[in-house]
Amino acid sequence: MEMPRPNSMILSHRAQIVAQLRAALPEGCVIDDPMETRVYECDALSAYRCAPLAVVLPRSTQEVAAALRICHRLGVPVVPRGSGTSLAGGAMPSADCVVLGVARMNAVLHTDYENRYIHVQAGRTNLSVSGAVEAQGFFYAPDPSSQLACAIAGNIAMNSGGAHCLKYGVTTNNLLGVTMVMMDGTITTLGGPWGDGFGLDLLGVVCGSEGQLGVVTEAWLRILPKPEGARPVLVAFGSSEVAGACVADIIRAGILPVAIEFMDRPCIRATEAFANAGYPDCEALLIIEVEGSPAEIDEQLARIRAIAARHDPILFTEAADEAQAKRIWLGRKSAFGAMGQLGDYMCLDGTIPVSQLSYVLRRIGELSVEYGLDVGNVFHAGDGNMHPLILYNANKDGDLAKCEALGAEILKLCVQVGGCLSGEHGIGLEKRDLMPVQFTPADLEAQMRVKDVFDPHWLLNPAKVFPLAASAARRGQAA
Amino acid sequence: MISPRSEAELAEAVASATGPLLPKGGGTRMIGDVAGEVLDISGLSGVNLYEPAALTLVVQAGTPLAQINSLLAGERQRLGFEPPDFRALLGRDGVSTIGGIAAANASGPRRVQSGAARDAMLGIRCVDGQGVAISSGGRVMKNVTGYDLVKLMAGSFGTLAVLSEVSLKVQSIPEAEVTLVLDGLDDRAGLIALRRALGSPYDVSGAARAGGRSYIRLEGMAGSVAYRAGRLRALFDATLAEGAQSAAIWADIRDVSPLHGRAGDIWRLSVLPSDAAEIVATLLADSGGDGQRDVVYDWGGGLVWLTLPAGLDGNLRKALQGRGAAIKLRGAGAAPFARQSDQVSALSSALKAQFDPFGRFAQGVF
Ligand SMILES: Cc1cc2nc3c(=O)[nH]c(=O)nc-3n(C[C@H](O)[C@H](O)[C@H](O)COP(=O)(O)OP(=O)(O)OC[C@H]3O[C@@H](n4cnc5c(N)ncnc54)[C@H](O)[C@@H]3O)c2cc1C
Repeated sequence: MEMPRPNSMILSHRAQIVAQLRAALPEGCVIDDPMETRVYECDALSAYRCAPLAVVLPRSTQEVAAALRICHRLGVPVVPRGSGTSLAGGAMPSADCVVLGVARMNAVLHTDYENRYIHVQAGRTNLSVSGAVEAQGFFYAPDPSSQLACAIAGNIAMNSGGAHCLKYGVTTNNLLGVTMVMMDGTITTLGGPWGDGFGLDLLGVVCGSEGQLGVVTEAWLRILPKPEGARPVLVAFGSSEVAGACVADIIRAGILPVAIEFMDRPCIRATEAFANAGYPDCEALLIIEVEGSPAEIDEQLARIRAIAARHDPILFTEAADEAQAKRIWLGRKSAFGAMGQLGDYMCLDGTIPVSQLSYVLRRIGELSVEYGLDVGNVFHAGDGNMHPLILYNANKDGDLAKCEALGAEILKLCVQVGGCLSGEHGIGLEKRDLMPVQFTPADLEAQMRVKDVFDPHWLLNPAKVFPLAASAARRGQAA
Repeated sequence: MISPRSEAELAEAVASATGPLLPKGGGTRMIGDVAGEVLDISGLSGVNLYEPAALTLVVQAGTPLAQINSLLAGERQRLGFEPPDFRALLGRDGVSTIGGIAAANASGPRRVQSGAARDAMLGIRCVDGQGVAISSGGRVMKNVTGYDLVKLMAGSFGTLAVLSEVSLKVQSIPEAEVTLVLDGLDDRAGLIALRRALGSPYDVSGAARAGGRSYIRLEGMAGSVAYRAGRLRALFDATLAEGAQSAAIWADIRDVSPLHGRAGDIWRLSVLPSDAAEIVATLLADSGGDGQRDVVYDWGGGLVWLTLPAGLDGNLRKALQGRGAAIKLRGAGAAPFARQSDQVSALSSALKAQFDPFGRFAQGVF
């Protein structure tokens, strides 16, 4: 993956930059020891690594502002970081950048159950937001599989989704407001606990802007009352096409499960070997979860069972109790880890119209044979958000390049059938150069003009999202 | 008047314009009295794609809402965000178009459960102030590819660009609907009931108060609705309105019918639900208004509709004390945007300058 040449002026002023940051921030907030900055050399897209110039770990919005003012004045690029679980290389540093990590800012500032929101510092992990309100019977809905580790800051930057977003929406639908520090150190509030502010929806633009418009330090999040109960079913099919048709029929019937997850045979086999969740050996399986009181769950599952029956399932297992429910989810939740046992993998994230499911799965199968790399599929079927996992061997010469080429092929396919490059992981570094597949130069120009407004000198996470050639002039580089 | 028939003609019209333009959908939601040559979007009409099994609808911006509603109803589907019809409230005629609804982010009572128009908008196509066609988002349910300009355009009232196409997520019409009607409570207690209902696990899809009554709506499968209504009736003393009777209640809340024909300015407030009763009480004391006839609370109290005699703008600002935002929809100085913080208004103006550098669309609004 090509990165812009690091700015040699900045590299040569490393000591002064670090000294100024140290002078402005409390003890222990600035890291420049190469042994320690190495910890920040990559995110979860670990094929690409580069240690930053320095790392700052502020404890407050004011300290974030102080660090940004210095970087702004000295023209040093800044890469914001939450927990570093991005699968798109969004938090990957460049050699001439300061990584600004918000992980130490993890406090709950206020909870308001009457008005159903929580105000947190943005470094707080996703799961611990729900954890903070659980005892009162509430939860925070967006639930990325990485929720134990990932931070609200990263969720906002990537507009992350999760297994349950079919019903509850993704981050942007559950975000009420943020406090954000702009590159020049200005602190600003967008939205707030009451939501609608009757102005341009700047919050909506910041959400999903991949750390390129400002550093988010606090957030107001919608919390929801927990449903009375939930129950998953496991439905196995003889072919992916049939499983896909079953998904379409459920949605068409007006039933809205909270989750419909899909796994294909390569993924099922890997998962069974790894987690032993008791999945049958079949071509495709669906995990469908519904919520409500026991009677409401029965009412929904009866209908889902009737629809599934029309597609001759090999198996239809309702979780009889909590333990079985956990086991059904266990396989799905360990799928990425299980595939990881088979070797290195790249996780794609394109979304397609659900009507194109069987065609796309068939084409992915063909492409996999053509490129000689195995692909497993595990994804959010209810909304068409695919996660093809391409297996490759990082130690084998040329395998990564082949994997990238296959990945690009698959993402182009997603766009061709009416979908998009990324449903929830973001563009980052990984898909930057594929943007012209989905967007015209005018579309990209419009997006870049938004960045011009928030960050006129293009110092925030500058080499991401847009094809390098398209952003070169703005980044002050010859194309 | 310019009447383009396609996005290309629209782009051409904007590119070759020499003065301000007045994009006009059905003419029901235009902002203030802006001068300029009328750019009539009604020629950009029609459905480009409708896939009921994917819950996806792609329509041209000038398509009338009524046409969309009847198309969806034919498949037992609907727009989940319940777009309101403000013609009677604001004393306008014309036809609501989907572009106008998107540009106004016009959302009804179901926002508390299914989200606003902006949440249902999967993608847009538009033409900016230089006549350049731009697309953002798409037609799929999950999409984080590039910046979300869809949100920027939703609620921008045509200040940045003219919408030419909108992709929407639709939803199935549930088989049953009931409304719990709570009578005999004052505003404070009536709003507390709404907050309790919204904080319950019973998936409330409407929580409003008007004319001295609080309303709580439940929708879904018949058995489930009956069960949840039973649970909520155990908490509140309530009668039930079912089917068409329930639907009529929510059409009135959605369109703010209780305020139709009331004199004075019409205000719309966005506040914390728990602050609503007190803010309204203060204002009614100032205005001598009638709490049963001059106020509609929706979204559990988070949205307040209010009529006030002209000239009470200062009182309103004082009552709010920075605890929310307010706009005047009818009356002298009516505008779709509230006053913002200095930073937000600077950012908004800078975005305006990027998308509409020659000032072809509404000016001076931020
Ligand atoms: C095993 C695994 C499973 C995953 N499952 C899901 C899933 O189900 N759904 C999903 O959507 N994603 C998933 N992800 C991807 C990832 O977890 C999300 O993108 C997550 O939101 C990243 O959060 P983070 O705190 O780790 O952010 P980081 O990786 O640290 O950063 C991500 C992006 O956010 C920016 N950023 C970070 N902090 C800030 C800030 N304070 N202000 C502005 N920008 C900031 C960064 O610059 C970067 O561009 C998964 C990842 C892994 C490894």
